[in-house]
Amino acid sequence: MLGKLTLDAIPLHEPIIMGTLAVVALLGAALLGAITYFGKWKYLWSEWLTSVDHKRIGVMYIILALVMLLRGFADAIMMRAQQAMAANDAAGYLPPHHYDQIFTAHGVIMIFFVATPLILGLMNVIVPLQIGARDVAFPFLNQLSFWLSAVGAVLVMMSMFVGDFAATGWVAYPPLSELGYSPTVGVDYYIWSLQISGLGTLLTGINLVVTILRMRAPGMDLMKMPVFTWTALITNILIIAVFPVLTATLALLTADRYLGMHFFTNEAGGNAMMYINLIWVWGHPEVYILILPCFGAFSEIIAAFSGKPLFGYTSMVYATSSIGVLSFFVWLHHFFTMGSGANVNAFFGIMTSIISIPTGVKLFNWLFTMFRGRIRYHSATLWTVGFMVSFAIGGMTGVLLAVPGADFVLHNSLFLVAHFHNVIIGGVLFGCLAAISFWFPKVFGFTLDEFWGKVSFWCWQIGFYLAFMPLYVLGFDGMTRRMNHYSNPDWHPWLVVALCGAVVIGAGIVAMFIQFAVSIRHRHAHRDLSGDPWNGRSLEWATSSPAPFYNFAHIPQITSLEQHWEDKVTGRAYSQPDRYEDIHMPRNTGAGFIISMLSLVLCFALVWHIWPLTSASLVAVIVAFLARTYDRDVDYIVPAAEVARIERERYARLWTSVSSLELHPHRAEKAA
Amino acid sequence: MTTLGFWIYLMSDCLIFAVLFATFAVLVGNTAGGPSGKDLFELPYVLGETVLLLLSSFTFGAGVLGARASRKGQLLLWLGVTFVLGFAFIAMEVHEFGALIHEGAGPGVSAFLSAYFTLVGTHGLHVACGLLWLAVLMHQVVRYGLDGIAQRRLACLSLFWHFLDLIWICVFTFVYLREFL
Repeated sequence: MLGKLTLDAIPLHEPIIMGTLAVVALLGAALLGAITYFGKWKYLWSEWLTSVDHKRIGVMYIILALVMLLRGFADAIMMRAQQAMAANDAAGYLPPHHYDQIFTAHGVIMIFFVATPLILGLMNVIVPLQIGARDVAFPFLNQLSFWLSAVGAVLVMMSMFVGDFAATGWVAYPPLSELGYSPTVGVDYYIWSLQISGLGTLLTGINLVVTILRMRAPGMDLMKMPVFTWTALITNILIIAVFPVLTATLALLTADRYLGMHFFTNEAGGNAMMYINLIWVWGHPEVYILILPCFGAFSEIIAAFSGKPLFGYTSMVYATSSIGVLSFFVWLHHFFTMGSGANVNAFFGIMTSIISIPTGVKLFNWLFTMFRGRIRYHSATLWTVGFMVSFAIGGMTGVLLAVPGADFVLHNSLFLVAHFHNVIIGGVLFGCLAAISFWFPKVFGFTLDEFWGKVSFWCWQIGFYLAFMPLYVLGFDGMTRRMNHYSNPDWHPWLVVALCGAVVIGAGIVAMFIQFAVSIRHRHAHRDLSGDPWNGRSLEWATSSPAPFYNFAHIPQITSLEQHWEDKVTGRAYSQPDRYEDIHMPRNTGAGFIISMLSLVLCFALVWHIWPLTSASLVAVIVAFLARTYDRDVDYIVPAAEVARIERERYARLWTSVSSLELHPHRAEKAA
Repeated sequence: MTTLGFWIYLMSDCLIFAVLFATFAVLVGNTAGGPSGKDLFELPYVLGETVLLLLSSFTFGAGVLGARASRKGQLLLWLGVTFVLGFAFIAMEVHEFGALIHEGAGPGVSAFLSAYFTLVGTHGLHVACGLLWLAVLMHQVVRYGLDGIAQRRLACLSLFWHFLDLIWICVFTFVYLREFL
């Protein structure tokens, strides 16, 4: 009846896990209690859980990512503490089986439930605003995508307290991930959490590509599209091209584990190397999926804070596109040691090195954008400069690893670990944090506290170098990744330094949350009345902050790559229209949330082989989806009078802030 | 816009099949001492399945013509025929799978058979989903009439159905026919 699920699945004998469970239960109860006490359930349901507004869905993605960042970081600091202790005779405090789950969960969470939701959240918030659209192409699908991703995250969190998680490393190579070597439900949790969130990611990819191709404001041809939207387009094309491969690959592993098939087993003709090829056909483009929108964000930020148009917009577009294409020709560099021969390795090594050329083009474009600009060192600028330094180092160690001969020495060493953290923290994470501080006022209507933002930046920056530069040294010294224990005393001091670095990064994370708290508390002092706090250049700064739910009262006519800047220079910006029109908007629905919660039950039942519940919840998911197709009341009209009322308030606010507009340098230039 | 989105979805679905075809190509020789395709497949039977599916694409097209001319009865009639043909295809496939498993050539016997069952079965699963969609769409046409929503969904389902035909032609060629070349 309950499949493999018994009371033994709850790890009562593990004090670390039970302590965590107690804390999570307490915090959860406090949160639920607070919602009930303040009577916010209705607000939560009608304004957030059922929302189809792309901005709110984007915010929920980012909240999900920040919560999961805490879990992923907790895993990281536990690993660093273990390795700082477990030298020579000391065993450390984490038994191997637990330690293996932690490094697997750390990788899975940081990639799928931190970096990916951050990227998807940012694209959701920014893309429709930048192209002058009122929402994404398929608002209901967007809601469904988010909640499916959230279900994936919930499954990973559940695995800690009910059963276990995969102990295989974050890409779950077979035959280790096959039933014979991983008989517990850990790999099943891994499979279903990635399948469900991967489905969400794919649907978002389709949604945003159609949005960008079909919903741009009139006059915005592709080469007038802001560069962030360009990177979002390429990223979503990559998502559509590779996430099906992940889905299929994991489905084959599922067939092995659930139906006794032999795709990747050692027996009956299975071929484990096929999994490794397939997973990296997805996996390598995945890292470009994560980094490209960050490149886009840096481009917007550096142009705004240098007070200059982006240098080399066209080359930026071509560089982004060529990275997108090249990303499909490098996957084999993850396993040069497979033994596919010198010629194959040479091809993939050369392709990997070539990909650094468009990336280099971008770096020079950013530098030339800053050159002779009036640079303002806002915290978003600091993240960008910090990124340029760190990413250049990470890029160079990447080119080093791209040489097959060198890779044979460094494969699976800490040098590799240092390299990809160098590019993912220094690139993706810095990019997302920069983007959050840049676009935060557009969503919430007030700017973030600068002091704590800068504290966070410096902690991250210093902590990052302390934590990962020693890993490069250790890699050269021959220390492999994922070690629970080691007997080489020379490694110990470096690992202690790395632990200190992780602690400093932790301080950076704490500073970030303090920044949010302080900013919310002082929100009235930091109101963004103009809608354009940074003297921005693209369309999203033309509407109010926070942007109204319909984004733009009138769909703007596009004549320039930097539409808002041009409007400000020519004096067309902020002119109040005489009349407004009815606006057609999608109606909120609970369907996406309900379908996703039923899918959570389905995945849980599948993990534990609870077959009656599996069939019941599968039918429930299908029925819930079909019920939605019978819903004919999916949109509504906002009357012109209502739009006029909202816009009048907006312009009233705007005129009270007219002094802040006058601070904008282009106004002074124009007057001169 | 919906049609463009659905086209893109189909392309992503196509990639799932691409992975399965590639996997099949890698594993087709790995029979691990078990039976090979030549020992198992009956070409006339599979030809029967193929004819059913190709015919169903034709009848679907006839239904779409009815919808274009706003003839609800013609649409429902042809969609009904399509449903029957699709259902017969699925029934034949289930029977074929059942016979193979009964002969001791189930998906767990060898990597070749795993790849075969997964590739053909995934296509079958898609057709089954298409049948469910077909039934729901017919019901919605009866209930709400041939409005814009129904026309849009019909266009998407039509793409889906023809796409599955295309995939089947590849399955027929690369899985079944190549064994007898």
